Amino acid sequence: MKNRINQLFETKKENILSVYFTAGFPNLNDTVEIIQQLEKNGVDLIEIGMPFSDPTADGPTIQRSSETALKNGMNLKLLFEQLKNIRETVKIPLILMGYINPVYQFGVEKFCKKCAETDIDGLILPDLPLDEFEAFYQPIFEKYNLHNILLITPQTDENRIRQIDNASSGFIYMVSSSSTTGSGKKVEDFQREYFERIQSMNLKNPRLIGFGISDRATFENACKYASGAIVGSAFVKALENKTSVREFVKSIV
Amino acid sequence: MKYTVNEKGYYGEFGGAWIPEMMYTNIDELKRRYLEIINAYDFKAEFNQLLKDYVGRPSPLYFAKRLSEHYGSKIFLKREDLNHTGSHKLNNTVGQILLAQKLGKTRIIAETGAGQHGVATATVCALKGLKCVVYMGALDVSRQAPNVKKMKMLGAEVVPVHSGNKTLKDATNEAMRDWISNPVDTHYIIGSVVGPHPYPDMVARFQSIISAEIKSQLLEQTGSELPTRVLACVGGGSNAAGAFYHFLDDEQVELIGVEAAGKGVDTPETAATLTVGSPGILHAAKTMLMQNEDGQITEPYSISAGLDYPGIGPLHAHLFKTGRAKYLAATDTEVLKAALLLTQLEGIIPALESAHALAALEKIKMKPEDINVINLSGSGNKDMETYLEYFGY
Repeated sequence: MKNRINQLFETKKENILSVYFTAGFPNLNDTVEIIQQLEKNGVDLIEIGMPFSDPTADGPTIQRSSETALKNGMNLKLLFEQLKNIRETVKIPLILMGYINPVYQFGVEKFCKKCAETDIDGLILPDLPLDEFEAFYQPIFEKYNLHNILLITPQTDENRIRQIDNASSGFIYMVSSSSTTGSGKKVEDFQREYFERIQSMNLKNPRLIGFGISDRATFENACKYASGAIVGSAFVKALENKTSVREFVKSIV
Repeated sequence: MKYTVNEKGYYGEFGGAWIPEMMYTNIDELKRRYLEIINAYDFKAEFNQLLKDYVGRPSPLYFAKRLSEHYGSKIFLKREDLNHTGSHKLNNTVGQILLAQKLGKTRIIAETGAGQHGVATATVCALKGLKCVVYMGALDVSRQAPNVKKMKMLGAEVVPVHSGNKTLKDATNEAMRDWISNPVDTHYIIGSVVGPHPYPDMVARFQSIISAEIKSQLLEQTGSELPTRVLACVGGGSNAAGAFYHFLDDEQVELIGVEAAGKGVDTPETAATLTVGSPGILHAAKTMLMQNEDGQITEPYSISAGLDYPGIGPLHAHLFKTGRAKYLAATDTEVLKAALLLTQLEGIIPALESAHALAALEKIKMKPEDINVINLSGSGNKDMETYLEYFGY
């Protein structure tokens, strides 16, 4: 079967909404319900966060949700158990996102096999950079038809972007940054230049923009420069504040 | 050169650069340029001049006569506690601040546990007029108050970190987040031989002055540059890396690292990573870690804030795995006893960290003719409150 991520990007070229949440948050057994609600309310792609004790690439909101999820008892074995029958109800692509160490302890091959059995379509592991991925794990990911989603940032140079584009098979996660340190420019100008620069590179893979997408305005702006955007912290915050999934999605699209 | 890092940043199976893409540009630049920069003539000249005139090197290699009589073996102390700022940490920060300047960076960040690395970083930032932000676990901020005040007086901003156990690991997480958000103007001065390649190798090179001096000082004092054994405490492992460095290929020299057992390696309150840990990936390196079966990092414990870390530098993981170095663990109680012994036999109050290396003297067999070198990595000034409370003076 064709990977659902590729199907999505072939059929939908713009305004794709991807939403991240941390599995096991706010309550241990909310995972399936949240996924179903997100699909029902029109979300195109879901990133299921695998909580880690030391999420060095995440801000305070996702740190907090990870800590709570771990306290609630979330772990990979339980997550796969919760997701066992997910494909009976959910059709959109699902991605697991987290840090490499829990996956490494679970066993990378065993983990990928479990993902395939659960019909997971891709993985985002920020601290598994391209170099270590190619050195150790690429054949395993391919064997189980899992896309490894790689990141680019405003600092990534052109050669590296081309390299990442060549190694990517699903989409490229474009980290938007509010940091303009050293550039002496306004945030909006700095971002626009970055977005336009990448847009003009005509990459083979579609792009989604993430980080700092929190409302309709930031989502719509990002969608001008990519196939869509990723909402993470803002949704986790909404769950914290007991905002309904429906209400939240309506505030974005 | 069996124990040096390979071109991919690995010591055997340990090391690498497991960095999020947001850190790639900085790490890649460091990786490409660090050797060329630190081996350049003008860099070496300035580095050596600062080590001599500012840090106060060479630090003495002191023959501890009464301690030697007590143990019935010859014991030398490498007096890193006599360096400016009271520990070996300044060797590395002097090197890294010069490197940061060559890279055109204007803002420095650092993590700190006991505050020794934080003070050493704040010191070189004052020396060079660079902006300095130090991340420190909130628990450590309260248990190492004098060092916090020193950093502030030196002009650094000290940011207390409230996540996790509020200690060194959490401070490191926060420093990495800062670097991710400030990738252009900032250099991250990591204080130990941990983190992504090339940090473990770079920091080991800056600290290797310790073993270079031991060799020449021993030659002068004993007629041979090789001791029987070298002992050093290990948290992340920077002072041990420096003390072992030039002996790594002299296989007849026994190398002993001493970890913090805390309340005991069979209790959950320990920081003895090599005794209780397993391989994993933390802070961008594959190394030995304290973790649960789900790969979540477990919280370490030690009386000494500088050793309170759930990982260890990949070089040490490799030396452990290959058997080149032996690693022991000393409990809080053993450490306090060893600190008091040194104080009353030699008139030297050691840092709690360094007292771990001293405590190992009780655990090893020494012959009268053996030459034992202990790296006395830091001074006990910062630990007076703990000592006074425990000994009740």
